[in-house]
Amino acid sequence: MSDVTAEELMAVTASRLLADHKVVFAGVGMPLLASAVARHRQAPHLTIVLEGGIIGTTLLPGKLPISTNEMRAAYGAQMLTDITDVFLYAQRGFFDYGFLGAAQVDMYGNINTSVIGSMERPRVRLPGSGGANDIISLCNEVLIVTQHEPRRFVERVDFITSPGYLSGGDSRARAGLVGGRLGAVVTDLALLDFEPGSRRMRLRGLQAGVTVGQVREQTGFDLLVGDDISELVPPSADELAIYRELRDGPPLADGDGTADTKRAGAGDPVPAAPA
Amino acid sequence: MEPVTVMTARAEREAAGRPVVDKRMTAEDATALIRDGDHVAIGGTLYSRTPMALVFALLRQRRRHLTVSRPLACYEIELFLATGALDRIVTSWVGIGLPWGLAPVFRHYVERGEARYDEWSHLAMGLRYKAGAMGVPFLPSLTMLGSDLAGTLGLQTVDCPYTGEQLAAVPALNPDVALIHAHRADMFGNVQVDGYRHMDADMAKAARTVIVSAERIVSPEEIAASPAQTMLPHFAVDAVVPAPHGSYPHECYGLYGPDFEHFTAYAAATKEQGPAGALRYVEKNVDGHAGFGGFIAAAGPERLAALAADAGELMGR
Repeated sequence: MSDVTAEELMAVTASRLLADHKVVFAGVGMPLLASAVARHRQAPHLTIVLEGGIIGTTLLPGKLPISTNEMRAAYGAQMLTDITDVFLYAQRGFFDYGFLGAAQVDMYGNINTSVIGSMERPRVRLPGSGGANDIISLCNEVLIVTQHEPRRFVERVDFITSPGYLSGGDSRARAGLVGGRLGAVVTDLALLDFEPGSRRMRLRGLQAGVTVGQVREQTGFDLLVGDDISELVPPSADELAIYRELRDGPPLADGDGTADTKRAGAGDPVPAAPA
Repeated sequence: MEPVTVMTARAEREAAGRPVVDKRMTAEDATALIRDGDHVAIGGTLYSRTPMALVFALLRQRRRHLTVSRPLACYEIELFLATGALDRIVTSWVGIGLPWGLAPVFRHYVERGEARYDEWSHLAMGLRYKAGAMGVPFLPSLTMLGSDLAGTLGLQTVDCPYTGEQLAAVPALNPDVALIHAHRADMFGNVQVDGYRHMDADMAKAARTVIVSAERIVSPEEIAASPAQTMLPHFAVDAVVPAPHGSYPHECYGLYGPDFEHFTAYAAATKEQGPAGALRYVEKNVDGHAGFGGFIAAAGPERLAALAADAGELMGR
């Protein structure tokens, strides 16, 4: 599996966390792709919801949306409503999973997509929350998928755009956030969760061939390490084929292997995607 | 945060006339209703059903000190910034989309403090318009609590008088003007859209003045043939502007897809030239034509046909 990209590894690993007969509110990019893979594998009754007002989308292989507010995102949908309405379903408690990427995430799962530096004197003003703040505040269980790098995994984010466990312990509940248990963080190196009590990020599983030392090296804070670290099963040929078909479109009839070629429209994600 | 005076907004609505008359006018005449310093809400989301014909007409007028709000803002924000029209952005996200990276013109103005960006969550934007549309000063919500966004904006909380639970008090937003693009409207301002509705209905109901552009002007009988498709009634609309391809280069659900090549050319120009690139874009594409029709003609029938085919494929046509 040496030809598996970090993106493929993350999307496939994350897709396995989604159970059948659930509803997932997915951000664009990897969360959406992972959700779509899950629908083709263990979760055929997974309902994908997108912030553009789209409920039950299916996606046209090779025509993945760049934004969750565009026509391609609505392909095969069961319902189209307005944006506010979709978020109010989340507030009501209908959405089992909220699924996000993260430009910068800290040891308590707080996400920053607003600013590098301070708000008063920004070094880089990032695009902003989009729906991420609402998804992490209102969905029942939150999953985060992002590449494992020290600049992304920081001790404290510069700015809490989207609240995780805030300063740990019961601080999230005390702020009035009643939903949004943070479930898992999936990276190209590891599977992580949050220790009950302290609510600090904790290593639970390693991608194949990765060591605890490597994960620590790529984490900008003192990472808790669980007692029973598992090795994650590498993506199967079937999972990869589904992922690549969704991304690139159906394999060509002559089977010459060009199905792996990235086509227009599947742009490389940058850290600051709208949720 | 601007103080919300819901009773004032209501009193204005009460006093406003609701004549059932022909409200058709040009984009230029309609956007002449906008004054320096106004808060202009722009309908659609990101690059979907953006009222681009109205945006271009407003850009041409070179207003000053505008505030613009939107659910998610695309590069039209940068065009207002580069022409000196915009003081303040109120939204939850600014960019073009994933593949184009960070928006350099937006960064230029906001990082230098030359424009202000009030960043709300996406739902909070929706609730702000909804509260304005409902005629109440705020709506309670479970969102934005605990975040630094709340602190930056001075968002207040309220305790529920019945249960004691703590909620965010998201303040109403009543824009001076809302610009909306729709699939169809009759001359009286009964407005229909296909597909998702973004935040358009609440945004329009909240606004003091509502300008709607439409792909097609249809008869009242055609509206009445499918009343469930009507998003806004005539009495909530002040001006109706005929605007075929009125969202181009953005998409209009079911009719035409977004012109990503156009976006990419814009992104390349602004990456290289910064605000000057955005200004040149306006000079060429807005000022360089007598009206939006000239811009559409310059895009050419082949490009427009290809974008219509993109939409057709998704619609199973």
